Amino acid sequence: MNILSPTDLSVAMAIAGAALATYCLRLGGLLLAEHLPRNGGFKQFMEALPGTILLSLIAPGIFSAGFLGGVAALTTAACAWKTKNVLLAMVAGMGVVAAGRWLA
Amino acid sequence: MIAEIRKGAVANLPVGASVAAYGSVLGMLAAQKGISWLQLLVMNLFVFAGSAQFVMVDMWLPPLPILEMTLAVLVINMRYLLIGASLEPLFKGKSWLHKAGIIHLVADENWAVTMAAHRRNGTTTGFLLGGGLCLCTIWSTGTLLGHRLGALVTHPERFALDFAFVAVFTALTVSMWRGKRDIAPWVTAAILAVAVEHWLPGKWYIVIGGIGGALVPALQSSLNKPRRPAPASDSSVAEALMEENP
Repeated sequence: MNILSPTDLSVAMAIAGAALATYCLRLGGLLLAEHLPRNGGFKQFMEALPGTILLSLIAPGIFSAGFLGGVAALTTAACAWKTKNVLLAMVAGMGVVAAGRWLA
Repeated sequence: MIAEIRKGAVANLPVGASVAAYGSVLGMLAAQKGISWLQLLVMNLFVFAGSAQFVMVDMWLPPLPILEMTLAVLVINMRYLLIGASLEPLFKGKSWLHKAGIIHLVADENWAVTMAAHRRNGTTTGFLLGGGLCLCTIWSTGTLLGHRLGALVTHPERFALDFAFVAVFTALTVSMWRGKRDIAPWVTAAILAVAVEHWLPGKWYIVIGGIGGALVPALQSSLNKPRRPAPASDSSVAEALMEENP
């Protein structure tokens, strides 16, 4: 692998960017603990963020996926809701898609 | 210290099982995207944040959209600000180097396990570090195993591997549901994400949908402020984040 090739450079930059961003947030939270607002708008925003981010990640994919994608997403969600087990829910959703394709 | 590290590592083994499985899926997806095992390992060690890594791999299409990727990771990992802040009592009086070193190995799982132990009978940064070392080892092993196996799969779509990303995140999203108060932010996020994905190129819909949705309760709270000051409670943050994966 040639470290200086443009592809490897962009890979290194992508990983370095993600690593730096994540580390700054981790350490920043610890060091700024006393200065972060404990209530009000900021707290509401930060608490709601994990859910809205994850939903934004998947919403367009499910929306544009066909009937099979929708059924599989609903199966995954129902399974996750009932069992609280992410892994099981993932396998169930993938199973629906795999089975649907096998039958088609 | 060593005893505490060992205790932390053992306490994180149960949750480690799901981390390994989840990691192997990431490894398979990474292999399909042409990411080498070495690049994946470097990513595991330096980023060490599961959901962000999944998104990076999902966005991995040369030429790599470095700015979009970094921004997406920044927003997805924004919760680490809260996680870091919640650990402040544990790190009280420790040296700067101690803080800077151990905080890197804080993931959702060992954080949750440590906070639970802390509430029961107090705990140490050694316990937290032990959990981090345990999870980082399991995470890396799982992803690399998945990567090697994934390279053998010639028709990933036959096993619905291309759906794995959506499935994992659908399940994680469900675990984030906090009740009726999430209806408005979630509907906003979904509409924004779908609309932005349609009108703007790239992955900006993640950032815009996520921030736009989360602004809804923030604005509601700001508008209600004069009448009803929100009580500070750290435990609700902990509960909201408890179900998240690494």
